[in-house]
Amino acid sequence: MKISCDIDIKHLTRVEGHGNIRIVIQDGQVQEARWEVVETPRFFEAILVGKHFENAPYLCGRICGICSIGHTLASIRAVENGFGITPTVQTSRLRLLLKHMETLQSHILHIYFLAAPDYLGVGSVLPLTQSHPAVVQQALRLKLLANDICDEVGGRRLHPTRTVVGGFTMLPDRYRLGQFRQRLQASLVDLGVSVELFRSFSIPDFQRETEFVSLQGKGDYPFIGGDLISTDGVVKQEQEYAAMTNEYMAEWSTSKLSRLSRKSLAVGALARINNNFAGLLPEARAIAEEVGLVPVTHNPFMNVMAQLVECVQVVLESMQLIDDLLAEPWQDPRQVVAVRAGIGVAAVEVPRGILYHCLHLDAAGRIVKADCVIPTSQNHANIRHDIEALAVFCVGQGKSDKEIELLAEMLVRAYDPCISCSVH
Amino acid sequence: MTMNKTFLGVPVARPKVGFFELSSCEGCQLQLLNNEATLLDFLSLVEIVRFREGMKEAGDDYEIAFVEGSVTRADEEERLKHIRRQARVVVALGSCACFGGVNQLKNRFNDLEWVKKEVYGSFPIETQEVKPLSAVIKVDLEIYGCPIKKEEVERIVTALVLGEEIRHPQYPVCMECKARENICLFDLGEPCLGPVTRAGCDAWCPSNRLGCWGCRGPAPEANLARLQIIMAERGISQERMIDRLECFGGFAGFVADIRAKKEEPK
Repeated sequence: MKISCDIDIKHLTRVEGHGNIRIVIQDGQVQEARWEVVETPRFFEAILVGKHFENAPYLCGRICGICSIGHTLASIRAVENGFGITPTVQTSRLRLLLKHMETLQSHILHIYFLAAPDYLGVGSVLPLTQSHPAVVQQALRLKLLANDICDEVGGRRLHPTRTVVGGFTMLPDRYRLGQFRQRLQASLVDLGVSVELFRSFSIPDFQRETEFVSLQGKGDYPFIGGDLISTDGVVKQEQEYAAMTNEYMAEWSTSKLSRLSRKSLAVGALARINNNFAGLLPEARAIAEEVGLVPVTHNPFMNVMAQLVECVQVVLESMQLIDDLLAEPWQDPRQVVAVRAGIGVAAVEVPRGILYHCLHLDAAGRIVKADCVIPTSQNHANIRHDIEALAVFCVGQGKSDKEIELLAEMLVRAYDPCISCSVH
Repeated sequence: MTMNKTFLGVPVARPKVGFFELSSCEGCQLQLLNNEATLLDFLSLVEIVRFREGMKEAGDDYEIAFVEGSVTRADEEERLKHIRRQARVVVALGSCACFGGVNQLKNRFNDLEWVKKEVYGSFPIETQEVKPLSAVIKVDLEIYGCPIKKEEVERIVTALVLGEEIRHPQYPVCMECKARENICLFDLGEPCLGPVTRAGCDAWCPSNRLGCWGCRGPAPEANLARLQIIMAERGISQERMIDRLECFGGFAGFVADIRAKKEEPK
């Protein structure tokens, strides 16, 4: 029997923001397969115009409720690059620790609360509190740890308070940092159990060749600043971000879209691992190999596994960062900021992929022009093409309506889209 | 409404609640999930029938609706009116819902066409002047903050479920900051809206040495004339003061007054 289906999902659930999926198949022919972005724009790039630079981290953090730390750090880096400021080693370590803990928090939220219910056959995490209480407790424990460290370093887990241009308003408590290191060590056990759990899930065997874009590590795994690379061989410098993102608009999306060597590109945990596999720490790399994640993996569903590998990576790196911080006495938390006219670009790997902020600053330190290129906006076109390919794949596999609908939802969720962020 | 929960031996109703978001970062809803230690207890207080960001099931039989975000497009007005028709109690969740939040900063240009062009060029895009929920529907309860403070939300929701009266503090953030024995940020040369902003956050930002930006709006007893004198005495420019006052929309009327005075011919 030839497949026919009519899937019309308005405001997909268990993703951040508002997007629709439409798939129409008639007698085995895909008539329509679309991902649409219907989020309302908030116009942050206009809001920033005329504002003094000290507003930038405070306002930009509010682009996103999940990756507010990433946006805050990107706008700080953009201002500092514009002013020609190099952060101190202490500030850089604290920022990276803060960002790692945002990544852990965000990845755990996604893999357990947003993605895992599909693999466990439930509609949300709520039934799991009854059926899998240990799993839920473990997820909450990991998330709590990450958030507690964000509170300690950034002042607040969401919309951080201590992060400013030049450094921090105040420093974390050294004794508590030491305690957090112990909790990080203990969390590796929870992460090990998580790996076992996710290995037991049957990840859909769907592939579509994709160009993956990320920062390039220099022997390490990259997170803040550096060169931009793609699996198709493009290499650019941080300030050339616009040539890496090539933003354009299309009628199906209120978010801007990106492309590079192909009609679309992908960013995120999978892109980072595909481009920087050698930079993973041995323990994280072993897990990646164990779960079948070797470069270049073209299965978007594997992004969830890539996030899990990154959880291990950031926990290990964070323990080292705390050791390094505690090995030296505290220096001044905040550098003096000398204002000058300039254009500052920042590229930061945030949970969902590479984030760019570009700020044009005048001699008084006011923002003249702002541009923010969001990871999910770079992914939207790729999600759309994946949905098209998935519909064809499902016809070939003889999937039922319900299966196609679920797979399409799972595919979008696998990207962990942050849609309100992408429209900003 | 189910009655399988008891409080001091008395059966307590577990109201059906729904969470909704208009134009926002969805951070306030995430704040609820961010309270890992008490999340499961909190969830047992209510029956969640709608929480798009967290669950696939979607019921329309909610009694209490928590709405995050501000209104910036016609379809959001319609969604909000629909929510109002369904819910017995509508709660505005966070600064965007209460005052327009950071989104309303685009209103300050008084030029939507410029705003659209600045971000989207010639591509046609729909948007309106940003409005808080109360400009479109009747709001029963406001929970302030950007982000909302989860402890405060839990306290308010518990009171709502138990049918207790909900009281917001009348005093400003400065009181809470003093109680925490923080060093005054004005003494460190930082501008702070602590003297005029509604308390309830336990001086969240000042305790982290960031001056208050007024995300909770004015305290009922705020002395805004005095704030201007303090800022001037401390050598803080009017621009920096306005940056904070206008950031979340809670002080919109006051900012308009300052701007009007500035433009008066001398």
